[in-house]
Amino acid sequence: MDHTPRQLFAMIRAGMEKEVLASNAPWYCVSCYFCMARCPQEIHITDIMYTLKRMAIENGHYEDATAPDLSKSFVGQVENYGRSFELGLATRHYLRHMPSKLFKSAQMGMGMLSRERLDLSPNRIEGTKQLQSILQRAKELEGVA
Amino acid sequence: MSRYLFYPGCSLQRSARPYLDSLNAISADLDLEIEDVNDWNCCGATEYGSVYRVPAHALVGRNLALAQQQVNGSKTLMAACSACYLNLVKTNYFMREDIRLRTNVNDALGVGGLHYDPDAVVVRHLLDIFYNDIGLEEIQARVVRPLKGLRVAPYYGCMIVRPDPEHRFDNPEYPQALDKLLKVLGAEVIDFPLKTHCCSGHMTQISPEVAYELIRRLVDGADQYRTDIMVTLCPMCQLNLDAYQGDMNQHFKTNYHVPVLYFTQLIGLAFGYEPLELGIGREFIAAREALAKIGVEVPEPAEAKPRRKRSRKDDPSLPMPIMPDDEEVA
Repeated sequence: MDHTPRQLFAMIRAGMEKEVLASNAPWYCVSCYFCMARCPQEIHITDIMYTLKRMAIENGHYEDATAPDLSKSFVGQVENYGRSFELGLATRHYLRHMPSKLFKSAQMGMGMLSRERLDLSPNRIEGTKQLQSILQRAKELEGVA
Repeated sequence: MSRYLFYPGCSLQRSARPYLDSLNAISADLDLEIEDVNDWNCCGATEYGSVYRVPAHALVGRNLALAQQQVNGSKTLMAACSACYLNLVKTNYFMREDIRLRTNVNDALGVGGLHYDPDAVVVRHLLDIFYNDIGLEEIQARVVRPLKGLRVAPYYGCMIVRPDPEHRFDNPEYPQALDKLLKVLGAEVIDFPLKTHCCSGHMTQISPEVAYELIRRLVDGADQYRTDIMVTLCPMCQLNLDAYQGDMNQHFKTNYHVPVLYFTQLIGLAFGYEPLELGIGREFIAAREALAKIGVEVPEPAEAKPRRKRSRKDDPSLPMPIMPDDEEVA
């Protein structure tokens, strides 16, 4: 992790936009919300981490693409099927970013499969068209479409 | 009969199927009538909000709007997965508090012929329903096989108790609902200090070494308390602690064996259901030995089917992967 959360927030206050968005620190946030529960100033720290991730993606300001790509792949699948598809997501992710761990991940997949805990093909919702049109409009409103 | 709208979420369809199976098994005993939200979509997990803001809320907004259409008597929307639960809670909360977001989300939903009014449904977690609506007395009254002598570690994880904008739980770091529920089932409940620490979420896919350390702390904590079974209420927590426990052991050269089950599975056992009806046996870290302590026998997994013999002489096609469910070809 390039910076601690405290450093990151000090950097924001110092106006170091580029350095903040290039930091990998927000991508290490697991959304456990401990910081928010404990912050005496009631700062929505976790939500700010999400904002930093979005800004970094928008500006392309990150060096290690592992985490941003995982999020983007996940988004792509939800937009295609309306549901998440673990097998497709993991296969794509490990091939791109952790090919050396592909074998281990495949072993895990076989374990999941034999326990009937993994689907081989994606589930689709009926309203994929409806969902896609909603998301398209939402992106226009956010100014990213 | 209490009727609830239900948002199952993607995990319960497959990777957390035992959670759904055990919930379905016990719902009749508790007079729970569960109605799925029609054609619900993924909640976006922690990923969608990392890429977009308004679309992330519109994604969840579609589920809330569909649920609103099904409100009939009860307007409680129940979720079993902590991430789904929090996403539904947050979108409802932000649409209520932030007028611009509400307008934007409804503008987007309008393209699909939908609309959501904040607080039209009340989003609640399964544990909240069990603890506050059904109540401990009602649950205790149905116990036919007390889990006496079983040492359990109640594990809540994060997103059910934090940030909890609607204040549904007693404490964001030291909640009690699951502890008390497990006690009325007759189990020996450990005062587990790590009960709301993180399971590592999606970190297993980003930085496995970081994830292994977070998983190790939890499993080691439970092990130090001589825990027979860790009890969870979230599919992500179950997956990380169960499916990745072996990898974690390999990474640290340790040998932990702490089975992780859903609280609905333990309720089912206490209500007298057989392990297979509750999806027990589908976990990576087998609960068989632990459950033998309370006289519950989990059948051995079916023996692997003999491998199909492929005769290359007669088969000009390319070799195909063999799937577990393949019929044996004579």
